[in-house]
Amino acid sequence: MGAPGTPSKGLVSGVGSLGVRFLLLAVAACALMVVDHRTSRLQSAREALSFVVYPVQMLVDAPPRAWRWAKTTLAERRELLAENERLKREQLHASAKLQRLDALEAENRRLRELLDSTGRLSDRVLVAEILAVDMDPYRQRFNVNRGAIDGAYVGQALLDANGIVGQIVNVAPMTSEAVLITDADHAVPVIVTRNGLRTIAVGTGDSSRLRLPYLTNSSDIEVGDLLLSSGLGGVFPAGYPVGRVIEVRRRPGQSFADVIAEPAAALDRDREVLLVWTGDKDLPGLTDGDDSAAPEAGIDAGVPAIDSATTDADESEPAQVADIRGAL
Amino acid sequence: MRFAPFLSLFAAFLLAALPMPSSIVAFKPDWVALTMIYWTLTAPPAFGLVSALVIGLALDTLTGSLLGQHALGLLLLVYVCGRFRLRLRAFPVVQSTLVVAALLAVNEFLLLWIDGIAGRTVPIGERWPPIASGTLLWLVVWSTFDRGREHAPARL
Repeated sequence: MGAPGTPSKGLVSGVGSLGVRFLLLAVAACALMVVDHRTSRLQSAREALSFVVYPVQMLVDAPPRAWRWAKTTLAERRELLAENERLKREQLHASAKLQRLDALEAENRRLRELLDSTGRLSDRVLVAEILAVDMDPYRQRFNVNRGAIDGAYVGQALLDANGIVGQIVNVAPMTSEAVLITDADHAVPVIVTRNGLRTIAVGTGDSSRLRLPYLTNSSDIEVGDLLLSSGLGGVFPAGYPVGRVIEVRRRPGQSFADVIAEPAAALDRDREVLLVWTGDKDLPGLTDGDDSAAPEAGIDAGVPAIDSATTDADESEPAQVADIRGAL
Repeated sequence: MRFAPFLSLFAAFLLAALPMPSSIVAFKPDWVALTMIYWTLTAPPAFGLVSALVIGLALDTLTGSLLGQHALGLLLLVYVCGRFRLRLRAFPVVQSTLVVAALLAVNEFLLLWIDGIAGRTVPIGERWPPIASGTLLWLVVWSTFDRGREHAPARL
């Protein structure tokens, strides 16, 4: 196609010399970039291109997948028994906690009814596998094996067993592209469980650190404070752990404190993540049967935080969450 | 042999997507750009400007960058290599390696520049090791295949 040196071939070969063709195509590329940056109109083009890229992603992901399959298939009986034993114990612990949670949930619902606040909806989740495909090494992005046909949507939150992982930024039919909360361009609104202080946790580009740049020197923040998602901004469901403060430095000369937090989720060790559908989004027909309701304590899916009527609920929430966490 | 450019390009995509240990990931060369340069210099009808655009768009989808970002870089590489192909092929190994290093640097700078305009945060220091590794790779590949090329009839 349009090869340099053979001007008789190619799509735009009639237009002119090599230089003219180069300029035309370069302008086209620039125009594409501007459109892609400013609007979301190129979503369908991305989807079409994702079919070209899909075989590459699957092929690259195949060896790790095969290795995992071989490892589980050829695992020794003894190991499997030990693992089974451990999982049974964990299951027992978890179900014991869940019993407490049911009571708390009921109590919470009753209190909310008393407060006249909007009813809460439980979140639905779907397990997605992270593809072992390397993307732009300068940004913390990854692909998961769930796409538009599974009901994934742009802006959907991703969780793992310990906390918030990131959100989806691009959806293809079979896969989705997600960004970690520690990406340098990502920010998540958080709330400090100890005192209800609201702030924003910003990524650093290092998957083991988050920054809290908007806290002044006089802010009440300490090492060890747990940060939960506040639900402000409407992307992440409220009440899931985001991180824990590991460093607070107050320098007298500056008005803002240097606060560093460690993400709660195992960002660089995860293999599977959960896609979360919060209450107001349509649920897909397919949910793999594991539509486990997450702990009701902090989930505030149906309550947009902008509504002034809900500010009371927002203020009282951290205390409840802290109590529940203390009780467990 | 006819499909060699396409097969190697597919391999370049695989290598670009292959996860690497974090210790060496900073030195991952731009496989696709190197492959495009190589085939543009040795077998000109393999990739033209339009295919550079399409391949660049596919790479943009793979890496999650702006649509057109890698495409613009590859267009520039293919244009320069196509325009000065005969001269570049006549260069001795060291000289052609220097030109390729410059091309890779311009490509990398273009990507960095567009990221900057689009308001994406990018660590500048980590942009340069891939140029070094890419240049080294080029030196090895070009000096290995150079011998064979001299005896083969030049395809002009």
